Amino acid sequence: MLTRFRRIAGAFTVVRWAALAFVLLLVVLSVLAPIVVPVDPLAQDVANRLLPPGAPGHLLGTDEYGRDVLARILNGARVELLIAFGASAVAAVLGSLLGLVGGYFGGVAEFLTMRLVSDVLLAFPPVILALLIVTIYGPGEWTLIAVMGILFAPGFARIVYGQTLSVKRLEYVDAAKAFGARTSTALFRVVLPNVTAPIIVQFSLVMASAILLESGLSYLGLGVVAPAPSWGGMVASGQRYMGNDPSTILVPSIVVVFTILSFGLLADALRDLLDPRARKGSHA
Amino acid sequence: MISFIAKRIGVGLGLVFVVLTLIFLAIHAVPGDPAAVLASGGASGTATPESIERLREQLGLDKPLVVQYLDYLAGVVTGDLGSSFRDSRPVVTTIFERLPNTIELVVLACLVGAIVGVALGAAAGRFGGWVDSLVTAFSSLAISVPVYVLGTVFILVFSLTLGWFPAGGFVSWQADPVAHLRLLLLPALTLSIAFIGVTARMTRSSVVETSRMDWVRTARSWGLTPSRVFSRHVLRNSMTPVATAIGLEVGIMLGSTVLAERVFNFPGLSALLVDSVVNRDYPVVQGIVIVISVLFIAINIVVDLVYRFLDPRVR
Repeated sequence: MLTRFRRIAGAFTVVRWAALAFVLLLVVLSVLAPIVVPVDPLAQDVANRLLPPGAPGHLLGTDEYGRDVLARILNGARVELLIAFGASAVAAVLGSLLGLVGGYFGGVAEFLTMRLVSDVLLAFPPVILALLIVTIYGPGEWTLIAVMGILFAPGFARIVYGQTLSVKRLEYVDAAKAFGARTSTALFRVVLPNVTAPIIVQFSLVMASAILLESGLSYLGLGVVAPAPSWGGMVASGQRYMGNDPSTILVPSIVVVFTILSFGLLADALRDLLDPRARKGSHA
Repeated sequence: MISFIAKRIGVGLGLVFVVLTLIFLAIHAVPGDPAAVLASGGASGTATPESIERLREQLGLDKPLVVQYLDYLAGVVTGDLGSSFRDSRPVVTTIFERLPNTIELVVLACLVGAIVGVALGAAAGRFGGWVDSLVTAFSSLAISVPVYVLGTVFILVFSLTLGWFPAGGFVSWQADPVAHLRLLLLPALTLSIAFIGVTARMTRSSVVETSRMDWVRTARSWGLTPSRVFSRHVLRNSMTPVATAIGLEVGIMLGSTVLAERVFNFPGLSALLVDSVVNRDYPVVQGIVIVISVLFIAINIVVDLVYRFLDPRVR
């Protein structure tokens, strides 16, 4: 118990604790958004448009249609986090499967999973591939989850592939095989549990990348479709009014930067906690 | 060396072929009728039978799949990427009007990013202490700020508040070289920040790792000055992973330039691409995806070859 406590204390600096707190706060507030801010994020009130932060009844002010900014930030957060989580989950499952199969079987399986699928996906600039898919299927939450799930799978695949290569030679895998374990058992019950630590670290990193990419597409108007609230969309529409009121872009900008930064810092903390051998290029 | 070049280019061509096939499949593997999906805008929206029929004819979707695929490959090889749905101009012509601007922006941003990034990372790795902390904190922040946020904040600070730079737009080099560069500076800086962050981080960890090598201790024990040991022995031998990271980062930049160009209203490929996505002008989007992906693969081959050529260990 005490050693576990020491390990956690060692992996988490003050900045990383703050990052964890920020992520948890964001999750709780976005889930409870309808209770915290009982205002419809789509309700327009043109008489009270572009109110500055701190205006009575509107903690973070209102946008160009008089919609409450706090309500839009929190409801946007929910969509943002759900899409990022969905995409990361799809990428983790897909990528881990590719990496496991490629690493465990080698040969033709390795060529198919790592060279043909993984390397080819990495040959597209992410924004460009996402835009191609959006052209075909139209924008929206499900398109974003699908396309980012595919885009971020190679990252997981490479990590799991490398880990599987080293784990499959260990004695306990041979032992399982000697006891007559089926291939699927060896893969999912023996190898997979021993490569989970880097998968968890990568998950946090991909959450950050997914929020970065998704909010960028929403900024272009090709991600979450207006009038539904999204952080990227808020920056895009705030840009026209920032000369008079910088808070129109600063509020969503600060939230999106803090969120991405927090998931990055969390990944560093998780790496130090779960996988102390792989300490490389830490955040802070 | 020759066989390495041949092999690298061969693999690159194979990759281009698979990428082209994937782009083809992306449209033709749509469940149901691709023409109906494209005309209606995914699940939402409706399409008239006439518009579906017109689309089918324009894309050649009425022919057998194999014929379509061969037509498509033949078109790419001969430089014919079809014509736009909207203005019927050849896609290649439209793309090559805009491409030089995008390339100029990306090249400038890469140069700034690589030089500043390696310098910062090297300083962090060599001096440690507060220099290291500062560079590490900067890199963390730099890779966490989306391009569109940074660009918007730059416009707010440097254009609207300080008035040092115009908020965006474009003047050709021939018309006014100074104005041309002034307009290029903010978008290039916006694009380069994340690049600086990644490069600095990579350089730092590589330098730290190299400094622990036995031969670095040997060089020191010869009585070489610390700066000579660092520049001749540590830094040069730290560049392999940095070069690889830069190659990948250029590809990411070819995508994020879309956002930077949008923020600064810069007439590169971005406006064309975004407008075409909104209007579902499929031939133009497909053309841009092909050109950028091939460019990305080519850049990575060049980075590999240049690196092979420069590194005495693998030459």
